[in-house]
Amino acid sequence: MNAKPLWRALRPMICGAALLAVLAAWPASPQAQGFAGLGSAAEGFALPEPRALSFPEDHGAHPAFRIEWWYLTANLSDAEGTDYGVQWTLFRSAIAPERGSSWRSPQLWLGHAAITTPQEHFPMERFARDATGQADVVADPFSAWIDEWQMTAPEGSPGISALTLRAGAERAAYDLTLTADGPLIAHGEAGYSIKSEGGQASHYYSQPFYTVSGTLHLPDRSVDVTGQAWLDREWSSQPLEGDQTGWDWVSLHLSGGHKVMAARVRDGAGSYTFGTWITADGSARALTDTDITLTPQETHTVAERTLPTTWRVELPAEGVDVTIEAVNRDAWMALSVPYWEGPVTVTGSHDGRGYLEMTGY
Amino acid sequence: MILLTLRALTSYWRRHRGQLLALLAGLTLATALWSAVQAINGQARSDYVRAAQQLGGTEQTFLARADGGAIPMDSFAQLRRAGWRVSPVMEARVVVGNLRLRVTGLDPFTAAPGTLPPAMAQQLASDPASVMTAPGRGFAAPELVAQLPAESLLPPLDPTPGLPPREIVTDISTVAALPDAELVRLSLHPQQPRFQTPLEQIAPDLVLQAGTGRVDATRLTDSFHLNLTAFGLLSFAVGLFIVHAGIGLAFEQRRATVRTLRALGVPLRTVMIALLVELLCLALIAGGAGVLLGYLLAAALLPDVAATLRGLYGAAVGDGLLFRPVWALSGMAMAVLGTGTAAATGLWALARMPLLASARPRAWSRVSERALWMQAAFGLVLLGLGVVAAWALDGLVAGFTLLGGLLLGAALMLPLSLALVLRLGRSQARSVLGAWFWADAQQQLRGLSMALMALMLALATNIGVGTMVSSFRLTFTGWLDQRLAADLYISARSEEQGAAITDWAQASRLRLLPLVSAEQTLSGRPGDIFGVKDDPLYRDSWPLIAAIAEPWDALHDAGAVLINEQLARSAALWPGQEITLAPGWRVPIAGVYSDYGNPKAQAIVALPELESRFSGLPRLRFGLIAPDTESARTQLQDLGLSQGQITDQAGIKAFSLAIFEQTFAVTAALNVLTLAVAGFAIFTSLTTLAALRLPQLAPVWALGKPRAALARLELLRAVLLAGLTYVLALPVGLALAWSLLAVVNVEAFGWRLPMFLFPSQWVWLGLAALLAALLAAALPARRLARRSPADFLRVFANER
Repeated sequence: MNAKPLWRALRPMICGAALLAVLAAWPASPQAQGFAGLGSAAEGFALPEPRALSFPEDHGAHPAFRIEWWYLTANLSDAEGTDYGVQWTLFRSAIAPERGSSWRSPQLWLGHAAITTPQEHFPMERFARDATGQADVVADPFSAWIDEWQMTAPEGSPGISALTLRAGAERAAYDLTLTADGPLIAHGEAGYSIKSEGGQASHYYSQPFYTVSGTLHLPDRSVDVTGQAWLDREWSSQPLEGDQTGWDWVSLHLSGGHKVMAARVRDGAGSYTFGTWITADGSARALTDTDITLTPQETHTVAERTLPTTWRVELPAEGVDVTIEAVNRDAWMALSVPYWEGPVTVTGSHDGRGYLEMTGY
Repeated sequence: MILLTLRALTSYWRRHRGQLLALLAGLTLATALWSAVQAINGQARSDYVRAAQQLGGTEQTFLARADGGAIPMDSFAQLRRAGWRVSPVMEARVVVGNLRLRVTGLDPFTAAPGTLPPAMAQQLASDPASVMTAPGRGFAAPELVAQLPAESLLPPLDPTPGLPPREIVTDISTVAALPDAELVRLSLHPQQPRFQTPLEQIAPDLVLQAGTGRVDATRLTDSFHLNLTAFGLLSFAVGLFIVHAGIGLAFEQRRATVRTLRALGVPLRTVMIALLVELLCLALIAGGAGVLLGYLLAAALLPDVAATLRGLYGAAVGDGLLFRPVWALSGMAMAVLGTGTAAATGLWALARMPLLASARPRAWSRVSERALWMQAAFGLVLLGLGVVAAWALDGLVAGFTLLGGLLLGAALMLPLSLALVLRLGRSQARSVLGAWFWADAQQQLRGLSMALMALMLALATNIGVGTMVSSFRLTFTGWLDQRLAADLYISARSEEQGAAITDWAQASRLRLLPLVSAEQTLSGRPGDIFGVKDDPLYRDSWPLIAAIAEPWDALHDAGAVLINEQLARSAALWPGQEITLAPGWRVPIAGVYSDYGNPKAQAIVALPELESRFSGLPRLRFGLIAPDTESARTQLQDLGLSQGQITDQAGIKAFSLAIFEQTFAVTAALNVLTLAVAGFAIFTSLTTLAALRLPQLAPVWALGKPRAALARLELLRAVLLAGLTYVLALPVGLALAWSLLAVVNVEAFGWRLPMFLFPSQWVWLGLAALLAALLAAALPARRLARRSPADFLRVFANER
C-alpha cells in the first residue's frame, strides 16, 4: 500500500478534539484545533504491527492503543421509498495505554449518533469515563455501548454477524436489527493497513454487507425502515502530519452488490484520494490516487459553512462514473466538534446509495 | 385648557405647603421602607444565586438512596444504560489539621450544562489534563485555601470565592483516589431521552429528590426574607394611610374649586386628567426621593443583615449593595400604584359630584356607623380566613396568611371597637362638657380612623415581634446554659494532640468529653450523628423536650438515639418510634432535644456505637469539666495548645448571643421606623382635621371655654384615642407573637419556642404610643390655642 491514507488516521482528531471540547467548555466551542497534545504523546502506546486479525478478540477494545472506533452508517428507506440515514459511532480515546479502576481509568469514550431524513437531521452526542460500566465494548458475546446507546450481537449469533443497534435523545431515536450477508473485509495486508510512506499504520477491517430492518422514532412519527449498513473497525496509536485541513469520505453500496470506499484528504497544497473496491463476493482491492477521483460539483451553505454536497466519483478500472448527491444537504453534525455526515443517493454508471462525510470546512 | 386647569388646581398646594410636605413625606417614607427591604432581599438573593452557581447549581433534582447510604457504581452504570441521563457526585471526608472537610467530585462528561463551578469549567477549558489527571485540581474558598497546609493528600487548590467554607470541589477521579469516597447522589440532566426504563425496575433503592442534598441557603433564608418583606409591606401600608389622608383632604377641600372650574365650562375629563397629572407628579417626586432614601437605608442595614445571614445560616451575603435599575423601577411603580390606590376614592367622588349642588365642603371622610359595622365584619372575615388558612395550608405561606389575616382583620375592626368604647364613655359622662368631649371624640374618630389603624398595626407588630424576640432570647440563653455545660471547649490540631489531651485529663482526674461526629443523611436531610460518653453532665443538663423514661440508660445500654427537634418535627419522629441512621442501622428514639440555630438534622448515640459504625472518626474536639479553668488552661497550653484552641464556656456563649442580637437588630430598627411612620400618620391626620374642626369647636368656645382649655382637651382626646388603640392592640400583638413562635418558627426553622410575657415592655411601648400621640397632637393643639378669636367668630358669620 503506497498511498497516504491519512484520512482515516485523522479520525482520532475528531475523537480527541471532541473530548477536549467537552472538557473545555459548556457549551462546547468549535475552536478545538489547538488540541494536538493528546495526538503527539504516543510514548508507551502499542504500535500496529503486521499480524492476522483474530476474532472474536479484535471485535473488542484494544486499550494499549491510543485511539479506536466502532463506526456504523446505514442507508434506509420506508415503504414509500423515502430515503433515511442513520449513524452510530463509539470512539475510545486513551490518555495512557492502560485501564485503571473505576473513575480513575485514563481512557475516555465518546458516542455520536444521527438520524437523517430528507427534511430533518438529528445529531446526538454522549461522553463517558472508562471502567465505570457507562461505556465499554465486550468482544464475545459482542456488545458495544455508551449509556442506552448500544450495538449488540443477539444471543447465539457468532461475532458481529448480526447486531441490534439503538441510539436516541430527547427528540429522536432508532431501533434497528442488522444481519451480515457477506464476509468481514480486512483492509491492507490482512487488516494491517499502512497509512503512509513514513510507516504509520492501523489495524483496520470492515463489515459492509449488513442488511437492516427496524424503526426510526421521529418527533412526530415512527417509521418502519429497511436498508443496508456498513461498519468500520479501526485502532491505532500514531500521530498525524500537521498540515491537513480536512477530508471528504464516501462509502457507497452500488447496484450489482459492489461497494466502494473513497476518501480525499485536503491539505494546503491540494488533495490526495484513495479507497477500497469491494466486489459482491467480498474480495477487496486497494485504490490509490491514480485509480479513483472525487470531484466536488455543487456547494451548499449550512451553519455558515459552504461545502460540496454533490460529487462526481470516477473509478475507470471498474467502469464506475457516478454522481452522488446528499439526501439532506443540511446534515450538519452540530456537536462538540462539528462536521457534515449524511446519506447520499448514487446515479450514473451505477445506481445505489451510500454515506458522505466532510470535515474541515 | 389642561394647563390652566392644572394651575388652578395646584394653586391649592401653594396655599397649603405644610399639607403638601406631609403628603410627600408620607409617600417618601412608605416608598423608602418598602424599597429598602426590597433592596436587602434582592441583594441577598442575587448573592445566593451566585453562591449556588459557584457550588454548581443548587436547583437540580437528583437520585439518592432513601437511607442516605452510598450508591453502588453498578446503579450508576445501569441507570445510564437504561436511558437515564444522570451525573455522579462523589464525596469524601478529609481531616487536615483540625479541619474536617468535604471533598466533592463532579464528572464533567455527564454533568448538565452550567452545573460545574465556573472556576472549574474555566480551568477545564484552558488545561483539562490539570483537572482530570493526577494529582488533579481542587477548588475551594480562599479562606480555606489560606488555612490549609501545602503538604496533604489534597490536590493543588485554586482559591474560588463563593464556595462553602469547608468544601473542596474536584474532578470525580480526584475524589475517587481518597479513602472512603462514596457516590452520594446522581444529579439528573434537565433533558432526558425519549425512552427510559422506569426507575423502580433498575434501582428501586433510589428516590428522586430536589435540591442538592446539602443545606440549601435559599430555602432556609426564605423565612428571614419573608419576614423582612412582611415588614416592608406593613410600612408601605402605614405610609399609604398618610397619603390617603393627605390626598383625601386635598380633594375634599378643592371640591369648591372643581365645581367652579366645571361651572366655567371645563369638561370633567380635563379636570380628571389634570388631577391625574398632579398625582403622577407627586408620586414621581416622592417615589424618587423614597427610592433614594430606601437605598441609603438598605446600605446602612445591609451589614447587619449580612452578619445575621452568615451567622445563623452560613449563607454568604456581601456587605456591599449594588444599585439595580429594576429595583428602582419597582420602587417607583409602588409609589405610583400606592398613590393611585390612595386617591381612587377621592377621584371617584369628584367624578360623581353633582355640578349644581351647593358648594359646601362635606365633613371630610364621613363614615356612617353602618359602614363601620361593614368594615368590622370584613375584618372578621379576614381574621377567619387567616385562621382557616393556618389550618388548611402548609408551610410558611400558612404562617404568613395567618399573620396577614390577623393584622388586617384586627385593624379593620378597630374603628368600630373604638366607637363602641367611646359610646360607652359618653353614656357614663356626668357633665355636659364630658358628654361633649366623648361625642366630639366619636366625631373625630371618623377622620382619625385611618391613622389609628396604622398605629394599631405598628403597636401590634411591636408587641408581637418584641415578645417573640424576648421569648427567643430567654429560651436561647437558658438553652445555652444547658448545652454548654462543660467549662472549657478544646480543639486539637491532630489525633496525636487529641490523644495527649486525653492522657493528660486521665492523669489529672478531670472529666473529658470527646465530641465526635460523622456527617450523615438523616431521613433524607443533611445531618450529623454525634457520639457521647456516659457522663452526668449530659444526664443532668441536656435540654430534652420529649423523652421516654430513662432516655440516657436506653442510649448507653440499649443503643437508642436522641434526635434534635428539627429532625423530629420535619420527619414526624418522636420518642417510641424508630429511625434509620445508616443502611442497616435502625434504632429506637429515646428522646428529642431542642437545638436552636442549627439548620441541620442531628442525632446522638453512645460514643462506642458511633465509633464501631464509622471507622477512623478523629477525636479532635473535647469538652472539659474542670473546677479550676485557669489552671486547666495553663496545663493545656503546656501540652502545646495555643490560646485559640481553648475556648471557655463564657466565650462561646457571648459569641452565640452576639449572633443572636445581630439577628434581631434589623427587626428592632424596622419596629422603630414603623412606629415613627404611624406617629406621623396621626400627626398629618390631626393637622388636616384641625382646619375642618373649627365649626365644631367654635360653639364650645362661644359657650365660655377658653382656647387653651380646648387645646388641652384636643391633646387629651388624642392621648385617649391612642391609649384605647394601644389597649386593643395588646391582645392582637400577643396573638401575633403566638403565631410567630408556634406557627411561623416551626415552619421556618423547625423548632417551637415557649412564649413568655414581658409586661414591662408593654408599659414602655404604651408610654411610647401615648408620647407619639401627644407629639403628633401638640402642633395642631398649639395652633388652636393661638388661633385668633376672630377665626372662631367667623364660623358663625359664615354659617351656611
